[in-house]
Amino acid sequence: MNTVPAPLLAVENLCVDYHVRVDGQRAWLHAVSDVSFQLAGGQSLGIVGESGSGKSSIARALLRLVPAAAGRVYFEGQDLLQLSGRELRRMRRDLQLIFQDPLASLDPRMSVGDTVGEPLRMFEPALSAAARSARTTAMLEAVGLSVQHLHRLPHEFSGGQAQRIAIARALITRPRLLVCDEPLSSLDVSIKSQIANLLMQLQRELGLSMVFISHDLAAVRFACSHVLVLYLGRVMELAARDPLFSAAGHPYTRALLRAALPRAPRPARARAHVGLSGEIPSALRPPSGCVFRTRCAYAVERCAREQPALRRVADSLVACHRAEELAAEPPLATLAG
Amino acid sequence: MMSMALPQPPDPALPAASAVPLLRLREVCVAYPTASGAAVPVVRNVDLQLAPGEILGLAGESGCGKTQLLLSILGLNGPHALVSGSVNYRGQELVGLRTAELNAVRGARIAMVFQDPATALNPYLRIGAQLIEMLRAHARVSERQARERAFEMLEAVQIGDARRRLRQYPHELSGGMRQRVVIAMALMASPEMLLADEPTTALDVTVQAQILRLLRELCERRGIAVLLVTHDMGVIAELADRVAVMYAGRIVEQAPVETLFERALHPYSEALQACVPRLDGPAVQRLASIPGVPPDPAALPRGCAFAPRCAYHLPICQERVPPLLQTTAQHWKACHYEGPLGRLRDSAA
Repeated sequence: MNTVPAPLLAVENLCVDYHVRVDGQRAWLHAVSDVSFQLAGGQSLGIVGESGSGKSSIARALLRLVPAAAGRVYFEGQDLLQLSGRELRRMRRDLQLIFQDPLASLDPRMSVGDTVGEPLRMFEPALSAAARSARTTAMLEAVGLSVQHLHRLPHEFSGGQAQRIAIARALITRPRLLVCDEPLSSLDVSIKSQIANLLMQLQRELGLSMVFISHDLAAVRFACSHVLVLYLGRVMELAARDPLFSAAGHPYTRALLRAALPRAPRPARARAHVGLSGEIPSALRPPSGCVFRTRCAYAVERCAREQPALRRVADSLVACHRAEELAAEPPLATLAG
Repeated sequence: MMSMALPQPPDPALPAASAVPLLRLREVCVAYPTASGAAVPVVRNVDLQLAPGEILGLAGESGCGKTQLLLSILGLNGPHALVSGSVNYRGQELVGLRTAELNAVRGARIAMVFQDPATALNPYLRIGAQLIEMLRAHARVSERQARERAFEMLEAVQIGDARRRLRQYPHELSGGMRQRVVIAMALMASPEMLLADEPTTALDVTVQAQILRLLRELCERRGIAVLLVTHDMGVIAELADRVAVMYAGRIVEQAPVETLFERALHPYSEALQACVPRLDGPAVQRLASIPGVPPDPAALPRGCAFAPRCAYHLPICQERVPPLLQTTAQHWKACHYEGPLGRLRDSAA
């Protein structure tokens, strides 16, 4: 992502490893390998990939909820990974997180008012109770709830309302960066679009930057200005939204798009077409060379030998030895119907 | 197809498949009693038919009663549920059957495919043992015959290296592989019908596409009918022949799949399609959406349950429940509004 002003968030060569036991043997699982990207103020980056691709590990490492094995995470020029506990806590008001399961992310014994107001108690201790209460009420109204909800407990709310509460809690300190880990996935169709619209509206109004983790490509297309495609912890493609969705450069991105379900029934022949065979391999035993090669229709001998570097091809950054040949192929005609 | 003694269809003298539905539901209601005494209705007067080999999609959001309806077919709603109406399977009434009689149908004639393959399989038993148990519960076959059948079924669901897989435990398989095993298990006793509850919801998109294709191929090749419950209109579009849309316990629209996607007549069916973000077309700033949340089954509004959220509601909608009426040969809707839809589609920008 080329942004002229200093980026709000600059991630450089981020690695996340987990220590695991396999058949009694200790081993390192490389969940995230060498991931770099930048995000300017007001931009939103979608991170997509299958389960096990390392999406959530990136989110957690950005906020230091899991330790990074290597790399740097610059937030407004400061490396978050080097901060002391005290400095990090101060920084957290600018970095907030929304989880997939809203009910699980709320304390079942705290009223909505206390939940949403707690970050203020934490980060603006000088605020009077009356001022805190006024801010809390205003925030609840901004997410479509009202003052009558203040004293209720989380179990009295539906999933969509609980996600509104989680959004209110995350935004009440006016953070600069919001990390959303599958924020829409657990919601019903009719509620999902309400929450997606709310998030986008608040993002625009507050000038928020967002890291939006999702397996739902259509949701990412709606919510994000840029997209990072991840596979087995490595960046396959990084591009602005429009080039990515109209002319995906990486075979994996193309396969993900092709596997997405249609909006309407397709002619019988098209149904036989499946985007990708097999499943994502174990991160404990990633393939040599290009990690995607075992499922790639374009793999050649070189792909097993040599790991492709992320490089500019057309309007994307693509990690594929054959990206130039692919770019010459006609764009996908699979989403129609 | 098989030489061993598998359960046979009950009555070979039945008329041709097309004339008689495999399954016919009439006025099925499911309710749960509450502490206060009043029963909460979760399925209300559902009529449905399923022909042999047909894939019927049952679409709706959480709490609309689609899973409860599915469970009512095999009497699986639990001991407290109040189930009424008729579930007629090949002429046999299933509602009110004793457990022993139902067990002759469950798994053998009508098998289930659950959402989460991780919990549908027993973690302590090898794959082979679970598949074999499924068959031997319903048919008098030897262990060896059953094992051979298990091997065939794993191959049928395109699991490679099937001999070795039989000796593995569920945790040794990936999520997609486990769902294939769950489908293989459902096929063990050669059922005529599958009840599939969100069969791909727990899977990744790439694996979902594979499993949907597998289900379609199996149905076409073996003539198995499927009742498919899902919240995802994409899954419906990909797999179903016909669709019934449920809201607040009732079927609000029913049509062939192409018809429902081209000319939905119920505002809720329109909403289910319009609210989903798109991968094609111009980028939008706002998604179409419908306000509010589905009603609490214990406090249903008078009249049409969807009226409080409906962009087209009329005065009558608050007064009278719209009956499910036939509009054309294969199209049914329960809505008072007769004008054109399209407001939701146009509201996105």
